[in-house]
Amino acid sequence: MPVAVSPAKPRSRPGRGRLAVIGLPYGWLLVFFLLPFLILVKISLSEMDTVVIKDLITWADGRLQLTVTGANFGYIAQDPLYLETYLASLKYAGITTACCLLLGYPFAYFMARARSTVQPALLMLVMLPFWTSFLLRVYAWKGLLGEHGWVTQALAALGINSLLARAGLVPDAAQLMNTPFSLLVGMVYTYLPFMILPLYAHLSKMDMRLLEAALDLGATPWVAFWRITVPLSKAGIIAGSMLVFIPCVGEFVIPELLGGPQTLMIGRVLWDEFFSNNDWPMASGLAVVMILLIIVPLALFHRYQAQSREAGQ
Amino acid sequence: MSRTTPRQAGRRLGRAWLLLGFAFLYLPIVALVLYSFSDSPVPTRWGGFTLKWYAALGHDREMLNGLWLSLQIAFLTACGAVVLGTLAAFALVKYRRFRGRTLFSGMVSAPLVMPEVIVGLSLLLMLVSVQRVLGFPERGLLTIWLGHLLVGMAYATVVVQARLQEMNPQLEEAAMDLGARPGQVFLLVTLPLMAQSLASAWLLTFTLSLDDVVLSAFLSGPGATTLPLVIFSRARLGLDPSVNAIATVLVSVVAVGVAGASYLIARAERERLRAASQAQRASG
Repeated sequence: MPVAVSPAKPRSRPGRGRLAVIGLPYGWLLVFFLLPFLILVKISLSEMDTVVIKDLITWADGRLQLTVTGANFGYIAQDPLYLETYLASLKYAGITTACCLLLGYPFAYFMARARSTVQPALLMLVMLPFWTSFLLRVYAWKGLLGEHGWVTQALAALGINSLLARAGLVPDAAQLMNTPFSLLVGMVYTYLPFMILPLYAHLSKMDMRLLEAALDLGATPWVAFWRITVPLSKAGIIAGSMLVFIPCVGEFVIPELLGGPQTLMIGRVLWDEFFSNNDWPMASGLAVVMILLIIVPLALFHRYQAQSREAGQ
Repeated sequence: MSRTTPRQAGRRLGRAWLLLGFAFLYLPIVALVLYSFSDSPVPTRWGGFTLKWYAALGHDREMLNGLWLSLQIAFLTACGAVVLGTLAAFALVKYRRFRGRTLFSGMVSAPLVMPEVIVGLSLLLMLVSVQRVLGFPERGLLTIWLGHLLVGMAYATVVVQARLQEMNPQLEEAAMDLGARPGQVFLLVTLPLMAQSLASAWLLTFTLSLDDVVLSAFLSGPGATTLPLVIFSRARLGLDPSVNAIATVLVSVVAVGVAGASYLIARAERERLRAASQAQRASG
């Protein structure tokens, strides 16, 4: 947008205000978000020199030297442990996303179809868990899924425990905690609201006359749902799936509290490389690969967010 | 009993699904509160009513110190996040086009989804590099605050941005037409219209900061252990009744805070509507 500025006058007040409004948060993000990422990439390319990280660029004998190593990435590519961990992380994140969608879509749908007077209250009830500690709610599952926990007893009474054992989600029907099952329960529980909220935002905005038109034209309710409702909520499905999938890939707290030894996820491995082995370049390398894995979903998320924002205006 | 129509059946299914969903969401909270009163060292077995875990909290120096540090950081985070988030939301909504807008909006929303281990690790690596050159900052309150501010700002931006987008720009234009200077427009028109979203952004970032484990773990120093770090290290070892007690305290404080805030917001909204209708009657 070309702006005519007369050379005689100094910049007007709104101009300076605009600069501050954009410049302050922009500069802050450049320094505390982008710069750290560049440093992370830099360190992932350097080697450990006993305790210090070697500098990439050094000044020796009057010559500038650049030392770059791909060794960290070589280890990651060769060691099957890392590859399996990445795959396991993607698998658990994928299953969590699918479960959240299966549970969350009907939930958001029925919420959007509820009487308009109760909708704000329902929305408040979905948001409320956000206001209470995530850490404590995850911790509570340790008790609920423990040996005498309410959920363990209820599932045992329904005969679900043996089904889970047959599906390989728990080692045997007696133990639910510290298994892939308890990990998935914790992840689905934590991220379900992140799926419900964007879906509800799209479903509640939907023009109901479209559905009526489809029914008038002879579509069965089921066909109308598939051909009208689902496509119209596509942006919500994608936004919700990304809000669940991406943080799940790097999740650390839930696997640590509920996962047990069988479920190694990349967030935990990175944590151990950093805090136990003190191998900062290796931890950075793992993080860089993780970013590469999620950059496509992240870009998708961002595109659909921009699209839905435009649709909302 | 009459036959149910498909519509009624659908409504029943919907009600059941919502009920089960909410039961799932609230089950852990109910369990925490109930078992905090259980007189049994095993927190999943009911052992009769007791308040002893609450009494023990009062002498738990580690927890109390952690709580104090967490409250300080959460307060500073909420204030900083609302300021930065509001500026960012203004930049995105009011100034639709500027150089680097794509990068800016990407950076604003990335911390919402980015795994916290990556955000924490990269920020720490930078702070360590800075410290090697400048000799500060030591890891502690300040560095944890920087990390929380980064994530808090992203959430604050989303909340304020949503409000700004639905706000009627004609109100500001009218004030300007009536001769208000830009500063006056902001203070007398824009700010009151946004007050509710600023309050909820403040509360949300406060509670998020109070809850954070991963960023705090990366950015804390030896002398700075926040409450979630204390809880996390105890929870890793197993079930601990003291955790149930502190959980109940936090849940109640938040419940009172949220209920109070929504009451005040609803009252302000009612008064605004009444004033508007009175003004309309007076002019009509």
